[in-house]
Amino acid sequence: MYGGGNTFEAMKATALVDEDPIKLAEFEARIERGEKIEPSDWMPQLYRKQLIRMIEQHAHSEIIGALPEGTWITRAPGFKRKLALMAKVQDEVGHAQLLYGAAETLGKSREDMIQDLINGKSKYSNIFNYPAFTWADSCFISWLVDAGAIVNQVANSKGSYGPYCRALERICAEESFHLKYGHHCVIHLATGTKKQREMMQAAVNRWWAPMMHFFGPSDKISVHSEILMKWKVKMASNDECRQQFLDMYVPKIWELGLTIPDDKLMKNEATGQWEYTEPDWDEFKRVINGDGPCNKERLAVRRKAEERGRWVREALLAPKAKYVTPLA
Amino acid sequence: MNVEALKDLLYKMADDQLVLGHRNSEWTGFGPLLEEDIAFSSMAQDKVGQSWQLYKILNELGENDPDTVAFMRNADQFHNCQFVELPNGEYDFSLIRHFLFDTAELLRFQFLSESSFEPLALLAKKIKGETKYHSMHANIWVKQLGSATEESVSRLQTSLNEALPYALGIFEESKFEDDLITSGIFKGEAVLKEAWMGEITKILNKSSLSLPDLTSIEPITGGRNGIHSEHLQPMLDEMSEVFKVDPTAEW
Repeated sequence: MYGGGNTFEAMKATALVDEDPIKLAEFEARIERGEKIEPSDWMPQLYRKQLIRMIEQHAHSEIIGALPEGTWITRAPGFKRKLALMAKVQDEVGHAQLLYGAAETLGKSREDMIQDLINGKSKYSNIFNYPAFTWADSCFISWLVDAGAIVNQVANSKGSYGPYCRALERICAEESFHLKYGHHCVIHLATGTKKQREMMQAAVNRWWAPMMHFFGPSDKISVHSEILMKWKVKMASNDECRQQFLDMYVPKIWELGLTIPDDKLMKNEATGQWEYTEPDWDEFKRVINGDGPCNKERLAVRRKAEERGRWVREALLAPKAKYVTPLA
Repeated sequence: MNVEALKDLLYKMADDQLVLGHRNSEWTGFGPLLEEDIAFSSMAQDKVGQSWQLYKILNELGENDPDTVAFMRNADQFHNCQFVELPNGEYDFSLIRHFLFDTAELLRFQFLSESSFEPLALLAKKIKGETKYHSMHANIWVKQLGSATEESVSRLQTSLNEALPYALGIFEESKFEDDLITSGIFKGEAVLKEAWMGEITKILNKSSLSLPDLTSIEPITGGRNGIHSEHLQPMLDEMSEVFKVDPTAEW
């Protein structure tokens, strides 16, 4: 699960000065023609750096995203939900595996990426810094956060870097099942008993602001980089993704009799655009910079998992370890 | 056919699968490497799914529906062995439990695929196909970590020593043992234990781990009769937390 709001490397005016102009022109012409760039192809340093950063942030978001939902695996009500949620969260961890693999093709090892996550150098999707208090919160995440992620990831799957695009295609196929599962859970709560309906509405109220933040700062205030669009690293603007999400899901939320905590939310039929109260971007910045309700806890859990597993990883690298023939 | 004997067998197996599946799922997000996180989650899904199928057979024999049976009973009504309810501990303990339990589990369902009770024989054929991969996974890791570094060998050996009294509790016999054997439903725990000892010895011999003399170990039993460690009830409370908000609701 991943939204916009990526933090990119600050662009320097000199960033492209050292690049070979002929190779750069060929590279840009290939992208313009819709060709995919593969790991062994020539690419500008800046392209490599931005892609590593973006794929890495995506991978981190998958493993950190497994935490708020993972806590509900052990409490899921009934066999059907328990099995489905286990499979869903397992998929998310699998996505991280795929994405770290894609990022490694650009020259940064999984170990270095995970280290940068733990030491706070790399970011992950801001939404996972909020707690999932109830079962309904986990249902909101499965349906709507995954829906938001699909909007973003479908756009990025048409980007220029081959390994990332291929990973995203697989990921989106799986995410579409998550969305069905999440929607099914939300329908049951929103149309269930009084307690269930209240639980679901409270979750929508809690999660709406983080959901609006999910797509990243408004285009008006975000650092816009034409070159990232030109190189097809970034495929849609934050506002475009947000609008698409609102257009697809607000009617579905309303259809279930749930309300959205924003009086100004409405579609302007003349412009075809959704109008809404601008989310609190100061809060977004505060949370993404480490001061959210769960930032410390999420990283502490990840750090502990890494520390507890170190001896296993070391044992796998031990020279005297017996080689065991792969099973398949 | 002694239906009570059959139900007793089904309950203890279903409870084992559910409880260990639940424990395995607790590794989600915390594995020592992503691949193991995913592997434990797969095994969790298989085991919980298998317990669901076993509870369905019980339902056909007149017991309550699977969700009610799994989510509404208290610890003293569970028949799983105590081994599966113990907390995951570190990866070494989880791995050793996975190895010791799943070796027995695979053999059990291999035996049961020839059970005279057809619904169980059919299900056992399916389960043994899934469990084969769990067992292969455990074996490969025990061989690898059990011969890699000083730390990994020592951790696995300590966990093995701690786990064995509980592992022997898997084979706690029920009062229906003779009924099950004479009616051809199940070959019995004694035969299973014998086969299990052979299998674990074979794998451990391919590592630097040593198997203590099993005859000198006192098994930790009671689970099959509803006597459990202090760990089961909190686990069940967590499992049923949402379900019990409204057991009649559709979730």
